Amino acid sequence: MLSGSKSLFKTIAAATLALGFGTIASQADDFPSKPINYIIPFGPGGESDITARHQQPFFKKMFGQDLVISYKPGGGGATAWAQLNSMPNDGYTIMGINLPHIIIKPMQKDVGFKTEDLAGFYMFHYTPDAIVVTNDSPFKSLDDLIKFAKEKPGELTFSGSGKGTANHLAQVTFDKLAGVKTTYVPFKGTGAAVQALLGNQVVASWGYTSVGAKHADKARMLAVAMEERHPAFPDVPTFKELGFDIVSGAYRGIAVPKSTPPEIQKKLSDMIGKINADPEFRKRMEADGFSLVDVGVDGMEAFLAEKAKGYAEAAKEADVIK
Amino acid sequence: MAAIEHLLAALSPFNVLLALGGVIAGTIVGSLPGLTATMAVAVLVPITFSMEPASALILMGAIYTGAIYGGAYAAILLNTPGTPSAIATTFDGYPMAKRGDGDLAMTIACLASVVGGLVGALFLMVLAPPLAGVALAFGPVEYFWLAVFGLSLIASLSEGNLLKALMGGCLGLLLSTVGVAEVSADIRLTFGSQVLIGGIETVSALIGLYCIPVLIDLVATPARHLKVTQESKGLRLREGLALSWKHKFNLMRSSIVGTFVGILPGAGGSIAGLVAYSEAMRSSRNPEKFGKGAPEGIQASESANNATVGGGFIPTLVLGIPGTPPDAVILGALLVQGVKVGPNLFTSQGSIVYTFIWGLFLATILMLPVGLLIGRYAYRTIITIPKALLVPTVAFMTLIGSYSIRNSTSDVAIMVILGCIGWVLGRFGFSASPIVLGLILGSIAEQGFVQAWTIGAATHNLGGIFFGRPISIAIILFIVLSLFGPSLVRFIRGKKERPNDG
Repeated sequence: MLSGSKSLFKTIAAATLALGFGTIASQADDFPSKPINYIIPFGPGGESDITARHQQPFFKKMFGQDLVISYKPGGGGATAWAQLNSMPNDGYTIMGINLPHIIIKPMQKDVGFKTEDLAGFYMFHYTPDAIVVTNDSPFKSLDDLIKFAKEKPGELTFSGSGKGTANHLAQVTFDKLAGVKTTYVPFKGTGAAVQALLGNQVVASWGYTSVGAKHADKARMLAVAMEERHPAFPDVPTFKELGFDIVSGAYRGIAVPKSTPPEIQKKLSDMIGKINADPEFRKRMEADGFSLVDVGVDGMEAFLAEKAKGYAEAAKEADVIK
Repeated sequence: MAAIEHLLAALSPFNVLLALGGVIAGTIVGSLPGLTATMAVAVLVPITFSMEPASALILMGAIYTGAIYGGAYAAILLNTPGTPSAIATTFDGYPMAKRGDGDLAMTIACLASVVGGLVGALFLMVLAPPLAGVALAFGPVEYFWLAVFGLSLIASLSEGNLLKALMGGCLGLLLSTVGVAEVSADIRLTFGSQVLIGGIETVSALIGLYCIPVLIDLVATPARHLKVTQESKGLRLREGLALSWKHKFNLMRSSIVGTFVGILPGAGGSIAGLVAYSEAMRSSRNPEKFGKGAPEGIQASESANNATVGGGFIPTLVLGIPGTPPDAVILGALLVQGVKVGPNLFTSQGSIVYTFIWGLFLATILMLPVGLLIGRYAYRTIITIPKALLVPTVAFMTLIGSYSIRNSTSDVAIMVILGCIGWVLGRFGFSASPIVLGLILGSIAEQGFVQAWTIGAATHNLGGIFFGRPISIAIILFIVLSLFGPSLVRFIRGKKERPNDG
């Protein structure tokens, strides 16, 4: 049944492609010839919005067209992702995608889309996970924190943004690798999690490097979940250096409706890659604590498959999926 | 000296123009149900990239403060809060409009909004860094008790129908759990439907529950929408000023309440308006007049919600934690511009901050003439427009409004269905407000409870977390007062009066 409908779909897709081939080829040449709608599946003011806003002026400068940002929040992004494939497939509609959301959500329940339904064409950065404490915290190093957690199992409270999120999965992974038991307290968004940390409602926070950048006057990071140290924080060690194999965070990318012609997808992928390569763009993103990655349309499948494995394990551990 | 310099910077012709334009645009946006301050500010962000940070802030602050005020229009004239902040304005605003005092209600709302806005801006200017501590002193458990305090208002709004009000409140609480849970990420009560996965969006629920019943009644009854007195009395500014002076303590108290609730991230204008309303009612000599068109009710709600603008900027600028959703957008725009927020902002980049705060004062003062004029025009339009035109226009706006909030057709469907349910329930004596209170406060209470419980259980101190913290104890006392205060007063009065009777 399933394969039958799939092959039918393929036939239709092939027919459409054949019919429209001539026009598409010329479309790809002068793409983009009008403004591009950039849909953020969350509300305004969050990091998905802010990073898209960083791209906006560079896109205009390099390609002469506007990126028009709009918002479609709901269901932790699920509402928008479930509708992406029914949107116009001419390349002028693109939508932000987020990890681990697009992998974890469909594992929980039927949320109207599957991870493989989303045609991501570029992952352009991630916000690495980090353990954050207040400046006056007695924990001077990650070792201090682990010592406390070992002495008082369960009593070390971490605030973090949401459940089943990058923060939460990092906490679960860290507990396992360090052999400790800590308590994760989910908050609505990073702002609320930081508020709880700065108000000493919790002992520490599983946050992001962007938190360390934004709240440098009040909070410091004990370790960051990156391959190498963050250029903005040369003094903060990575988990890897300290012996814990954690490289994780909230990855952000962009997708198109699945039926968007491959030439256009490739072109979009190259465009976002070009923005990512701009030194001024890099400087601004890194100053805000983000870390740029370059996964283009060709490397997407492998990248998602590799991430999905790790997330599924941690999410089971975290009791987010059964 | 520096202060004068910043004031002069704020008074540059360009900034004055931005403040004026922002207030006008904000007022219009806010008056349309569904178009919120957050959206208005978000639309502006790309425009502000080319401006000086202070000018960008003035424009966004002006549109924000205008939108919060504009929410009162629909609340008074259509019984539909234009923004969630104006919920408590409907309680007395619409009854006043119904009996022909809509013009006075509009003027009172404008005066109260200006006072509230000025008080909030004053706190922002003078006491921002120390007051930011308030945001940090509020932990999960305090949010939980604050939400319970808000829910206790259901009892005072019930007007004798306590059981029905409580049932409505429970329905609202239940509705607040639909969709992806904010903190636990569970997917609840969607019955396998994609429509419900995004949950019940507050603004579309507001439009449905308040506006649709009004529309149905407009169609179903031959009477005019609002009673109109014979001759036009103009703005009734003198009357409005006299009432504002008479209730100056109410205005001050409500503005201060609004500022402090605004400082608490995540609480927002709707809670500020409700808390101020309940305090105004509790300390009034004629609490029985509330809900039937008491000017004090409008004053409390409107001054409090505009005070949250200044209050909300306090954690936003000092801590980098947005006080309200529009603040989150403004903060994002500042980050992109390379302005680092934090306590140092007030010293190192004082010229930006203080120029902005003066700009906020300016915008708030401009709101007085702008608001009175637009308000008068809006009122005249609503009472003179034929019903055959009014109903389809408003109906169209409800659709646009509920769609635009999240660009979602599901929200439109939910709005219409809730509206019909609301109308039917209204026939049986259930009012919309308890349902909406439950919906808004439910998620705040739930999050606070879950977080406080998690922390309490981890540290083996559940009792201490819930009942041992000073701010919590104070809020609990307020809850007890608001629940049992009225009956206690009646009891004492009854004892005093009985000897005379006998």
